[in-house]
Amino acid sequence: MASSIRVRATSTGDTTEVQALIQHPMDSGFVKDAKGEIIPPHFIQELTFEYDGKAVFVADWGGGISKDPYVKFAFKGGNKGDEIKIGWVDNKGTSDATTTKIQ
Amino acid sequence: MRTRPAIRFAPLALALAALVLAALVLAAPTARAADTPDPVADAKAFQKFYTQKFPKVKFEDFVNGPYSMNEDMHRQWEEKEQFPPYEFALEAGKEMFSKPFKNGKTYADCFPNGGIGIRQNYPYFDEKEGKVVTLELALNRCREANGEAPVSYVKDEMASLTAYMAFTSRGKPMDIKIPNDPRALQAYENGKRYFYTRRGQLNFSCATCHVQSPGERIRAEILAPALGILNAMPIYRSEWSGMGTTSRRFTTCNSQIRGVPLNPQDDEYRDLEYYLSYVSNGLPISGPGARP
Repeated sequence: MASSIRVRATSTGDTTEVQALIQHPMDSGFVKDAKGEIIPPHFIQELTFEYDGKAVFVADWGGGISKDPYVKFAFKGGNKGDEIKIGWVDNKGTSDATTTKIQ
Repeated sequence: MRTRPAIRFAPLALALAALVLAALVLAAPTARAADTPDPVADAKAFQKFYTQKFPKVKFEDFVNGPYSMNEDMHRQWEEKEQFPPYEFALEAGKEMFSKPFKNGKTYADCFPNGGIGIRQNYPYFDEKEGKVVTLELALNRCREANGEAPVSYVKDEMASLTAYMAFTSRGKPMDIKIPNDPRALQAYENGKRYFYTRRGQLNFSCATCHVQSPGERIRAEILAPALGILNAMPIYRSEWSGMGTTSRRFTTCNSQIRGVPLNPQDDEYRDLEYYLSYVSNGLPISGPGARP
């Protein structure tokens, strides 16, 4: 299966800008379906971006985040060609991870 | 004494009446001419209306809907296009398109040129059937012809498939033809009538929003111009947090004006799609699109 994560990191000299799009239903657990039954909660709880073995961005998420979330941030450092690791874990214990090279 | 002037003017009045009559007789043929549908003139007038209303917007930019309407929105669009939210659907569509059916055939077998780069020719008028055939309809017919169950017209699989087919046709100018067939012209006319007819509790027509007020706000949304609106289909709408097809756009438009939507791919919607695509002839295909 194709990865649930799309990510792009671009170096602008001093900083690296990272954009990511994650495919996930992000069900809050408060929404009912067409039959009136509650859709059980299913959301990403932790999202981590690692560079050079260190976490540069960690997000503790809950049901308030929208479906197919988009993240954009920048951090100091990062060289072209270096790898960034991205991973998420959701409340059902499912996880996905991928890596990308800084452009 | 008082009657005298009246008598004096009587010949003049007669002459006037004759003139009016003559004018009426002369006007009659032109009035009839305006009643016969003239799609070429329609499309020209339709496009001229928008280019005059928005002289700063480049012609090919009209396909970007609300994002073409002002600079701020345009910047947002550029940023969004760097990382478009329809990417997942596009990938899913590509996969579905190449995956064979149970009988070994694929979607490519149902379409000219293997289904690649043909979005600009849809909808077309099928002279055998005597009706308009849209891309969505053709896709479901392809499924049924190959023993597969049809999919929902409004989202998911249908949106992914049309997203992929539109993507392979990006930049090609919309090229809808009206064959020399009175039924085709009738379908065009029906579509046009549907577009301009007011309906629903709010008494809105399609044109109320998309001709009269593009660029204006309706609550938090900026209305898109009708010109080129279908070139960007299917769209990822943040409001829907998902993809939607042309059918979805038509049905939600109708329910938003508090009307009762028709069923997707009913004759009226097919004719409407025919009309709207025809008047956008020449504008590039930009689908799949992203909208707020």
